Amino acid sequence: MTRIDVAEFPPAVHPPASRRARRRRRHLRRYGVVLLFMSPWIVGLLVFTLYPTIASLYFSFTHYDLLSSPQWVGLSNYRFMFTDPLFWQSLRNTLWMVVFATPLQVAFAIGCAMVLVRVRQGVGIYRTIFFVPTMVPAVAATLGFVFLLNPTGPIDRVLSLLHIPQPIWFQQPNWSKPGLLMLGLWGVGNTMIIFLAALLDVPKELYEAADIEGANAWQRFRNVTLPMISPVIFFSLVIGVIYGFQYFTEGYVASGGDPSTLGSPQGSLLFYSIWLYQNGFQYFHMGYASAMAWVLFIIIMATTLVLVRSSRRWVHYQGGFL
Amino acid sequence: MNRRVALAVAGLSLVLAACTAGSGAGSSSPAAQSSHKPVTLTVWSFFTGRELRQFDSVLNGVKKTAPWITINSVGGKDPTAILRAINSGTAPDVAIEPGPDDSAKYCATGAWINLNPYISQDHINLSSLSPPAALRYTSYKGDQCSLPMLSDAYGLYYNTDMFKAAGITSPPKTFSQLEADAKKLTKKNANGTFKVVGFDPLQSFYESYALDYGIYSGAAWYDSAGKSALASDPRWAQLLQWQKSFADWYGYNNLVKWLQSVGGANSEFSASNAFETGKVAMEMDGEWRVAFIASDHAKIHYATAPFPVADNVAGNYGAGQIGGTIIGIPKGSPDPADAWQVVKYMALGTHAEESLGELLKNVPTTYPSLKDPVLSSNPGFDTFLKIFANPHSGYKQITPLGTADGDLFSSFVDKYLAGSIPNLKAGLQSVANQINRQAQLG
Repeated sequence: MTRIDVAEFPPAVHPPASRRARRRRRHLRRYGVVLLFMSPWIVGLLVFTLYPTIASLYFSFTHYDLLSSPQWVGLSNYRFMFTDPLFWQSLRNTLWMVVFATPLQVAFAIGCAMVLVRVRQGVGIYRTIFFVPTMVPAVAATLGFVFLLNPTGPIDRVLSLLHIPQPIWFQQPNWSKPGLLMLGLWGVGNTMIIFLAALLDVPKELYEAADIEGANAWQRFRNVTLPMISPVIFFSLVIGVIYGFQYFTEGYVASGGDPSTLGSPQGSLLFYSIWLYQNGFQYFHMGYASAMAWVLFIIIMATTLVLVRSSRRWVHYQGGFL
Repeated sequence: MNRRVALAVAGLSLVLAACTAGSGAGSSSPAAQSSHKPVTLTVWSFFTGRELRQFDSVLNGVKKTAPWITINSVGGKDPTAILRAINSGTAPDVAIEPGPDDSAKYCATGAWINLNPYISQDHINLSSLSPPAALRYTSYKGDQCSLPMLSDAYGLYYNTDMFKAAGITSPPKTFSQLEADAKKLTKKNANGTFKVVGFDPLQSFYESYALDYGIYSGAAWYDSAGKSALASDPRWAQLLQWQKSFADWYGYNNLVKWLQSVGGANSEFSASNAFETGKVAMEMDGEWRVAFIASDHAKIHYATAPFPVADNVAGNYGAGQIGGTIIGIPKGSPDPADAWQVVKYMALGTHAEESLGELLKNVPTTYPSLKDPVLSSNPGFDTFLKIFANPHSGYKQITPLGTADGDLFSSFVDKYLAGSIPNLKAGLQSVANQINRQAQLG
């Protein structure tokens, strides 16, 4: 048996207290430098995101007219919401845009991208033509559409020549939202560019394999293209839904650019964000507006979560993520 | 709840409360005295461009009565900007707003100081200077938190050539006369579209704002308990039924299409205005239209008259909707006594009011300035000076709700005239309930 001499293992020697303190100071200094470099972002987060978020949550439980101190009213702003007919009307209008406009815009963007993928000559020109509308400011684009869809405007004149009934687009409640939907389709270039990139990224071998298997065009689209671009469809849907719930500018301008018209014609363009803005910044019901903002946040969060959960069944990631 | 969390929530609440504006309702504290030391006062108004320059030329006249005051005039400030400044403690010394809708809220919250102590100190008898309606829309529950500086007055503009051609010898005085004349004056094109509309009864047409008709129908906006009277005062239902039957004679969609064909609502302040281009024979409009017709060189012959009233209140003929610019002192002004000198000069000074009226083409708001020979010698404009001075003229009862009651009612009328509201009484009750609930809202 080997004899172990205890002298070979001297007792652990702790560094003197002064060295520990130096090391701690060095650590602190390092953290300090990190914090210093991060401070612009941290200050921004605290002042411009965290504080307003928490403040709006607090205000949602208060009576707050911006001129006097907020008074705690518990859940009464939230209770009022459920009895406010314009809250429900604005929610219905907003849901209409989310349910109809978002999927249509995604489908239209895919369609445009598929057409552009096949173009052999002048690709750059066509891409530019499709993309340019997204560079037009929303207010200008909406005003342009209000003019185009005017009863004396070019579109109704063409319809008149073809003996097709001409709707009074932004003056009739049944036609005002479809008018905005057309505006949304016109400005779909941003989404289209993303789909174009996704389509160009689909491996050619997959189409070749499908051809060998005898797949027709629809089967290639259904079983190759769609699964391969499904992450982009998912992304576009999530972004589109979030944008749809916050829909404001186009509705505001098309209803006359005056929130006091409460979504004219006949409230058909009163979207959730417009009613929220009207309460907060025209009527100074900041408590109620804050409550509406939080309900909107919860609706968006819940819808996004539903989309994320459902995506496990229909979104295919090439790299095998999720 | 965890004690630390509870403490954190309590602390946060305190911080949030501290970060928000804190004040009670305005109280009648004694008026401060001016030290007559040189002082620069900031005056915020909504005027821009040419109007701001004209306004400044009058404003700087304050030096004649208060030579120690220097003015820093800032234009383009809307009510939201003024509110933000009050909230952040950077309010101007004097604020001017285009309409009276916020004055009740300013009074109720003390955001604009009560001017009564200054008025008493200077022994000013306001009722001898301004019509009671103008003082009503600038005060709330006895607190005079603002003063009328200029006003609009609404009346009837009618095309005299068309009247002559139709054999109509005088402007209509009642709603039934208005309707009958409008039908006579309406002309159609061969394709069935309107060549001339006698009178467009839809509220989407220019200045035809539904709530304004309350003045002409004698209907009350609120009852004695402060609740909305839209459902309880039967005159509202009568007014809307008349308006709808009138609109139905034209056809709601036909009127909407016609307005779009003449340039839509945006054509109001352009040379393609339907009245100025002879596409509508009569319209409700403000006193400023006289100046617009002149500056647009409109090729029409016209005259002005008070707007017709409901047949059952024919005695009120001559009155009209009035209301306009208000001036006041936001809380926090370091020199309220000097700011009062500016307010007094602009709102109550005859010379300033006359000059503003002449330059900006609005109605001055004091009895002496209403006699201004320059303004009253214009026969088109003189009508509006008389409407403003009429004791039955007025503005909707102001409340801390601001424009919310008007907006909600307007939205309802829009739907009713389009035929989307099957039960008028139930609809009016619903709007009244909504207005009453909004008043409780924070």
